[in-house]
Amino acid sequence: MNWGSASEFFAMGGHALYVWGSYGACALLMAVEPILARKRRSQALIELKRELRANQDSQDETTS
Amino acid sequence: MNNRIINWFKFASPQTFYPLAGKMIPWFWALTALFGIAGLYIGFFVAPTDAQQGEGYRIIFIHVPASWMSMFIYLVMAFWAALGLGFNTRLSGMMASALAPTGALMAFLSLWTGALWGKPMWGTWWVWDARLTSELILFFLYIGFIALQSAIDDPRRADKAGAVLALVGVVNIPIIYFSVKWWNTLHQGASVSLTRSPSMAQTMLWGMLLMALAFWMYSIAVSLARVRAIILERERHAGWVADLEEVRS
Repeated sequence: MNWGSASEFFAMGGHALYVWGSYGACALLMAVEPILARKRRSQALIELKRELRANQDSQDETTS
Repeated sequence: MNNRIINWFKFASPQTFYPLAGKMIPWFWALTALFGIAGLYIGFFVAPTDAQQGEGYRIIFIHVPASWMSMFIYLVMAFWAALGLGFNTRLSGMMASALAPTGALMAFLSLWTGALWGKPMWGTWWVWDARLTSELILFFLYIGFIALQSAIDDPRRADKAGAVLALVGVVNIPIIYFSVKWWNTLHQGASVSLTRSPSMAQTMLWGMLLMALAFWMYSIAVSLARVRAIILERERHAGWVADLEEVRS
């Protein structure tokens, strides 16, 4: 074990800014990117459904 | 034998790949978590303090994996781009487009963590050294690829233009990799090499390799999620898309 206490762990031997700045940016980006990918898919699904419904409606009009 | 060849081509169609990717994604997320937790545990609690760099060296556990992935993803992206250019397969271009943002993210993280490591160790955030400059060019290549593709409306033409850019840019990968050998750089030489034993403690090496695996699994999971979105966007007029359960509901 490298750390005597939690505060020692967070201090990172005086390199807290650099170590946590790195890990923080990494964690943030890796949390945001999957959310954006998921959003992009749900957006595509919404547009698909809208398009299909529009096609359905225009078909109904021509047949009636 | 014949069957096997046919099966491989089957997976190259968006229609079969879309549900397959959906099934694979949770597994890759699980592997990301598994390797990530193990890597972080070793990186922070098992690996000893570095004799020269103190605790600051612990940035290595994300810096090196991010740098490796930024180069590796580029090669995979260029491979798909070349395949699409050569065989005109639909899925290849979508794969290349899906990989680019993740590659850009890895290149950015490599530069960002590198700057935060350089400041305490070298006394500067940035130098125009061969390794750093070529990695910055890699980041711009990803951004250029994304910008070029989004500037062209017709996806097939966007794929072709992007593929040419991606293939020309491949020359930068060996430059990044060998830059620390070819030039006198401030950046240190390779920590891990295939030809000699690694120049670091065993536990540090294990932490780094586990984190590299975690980054790898992350990249696969998030690119597969993105390629599913791209398939839906591009294949929206195909009959099979309209028949999908998530579209019908």
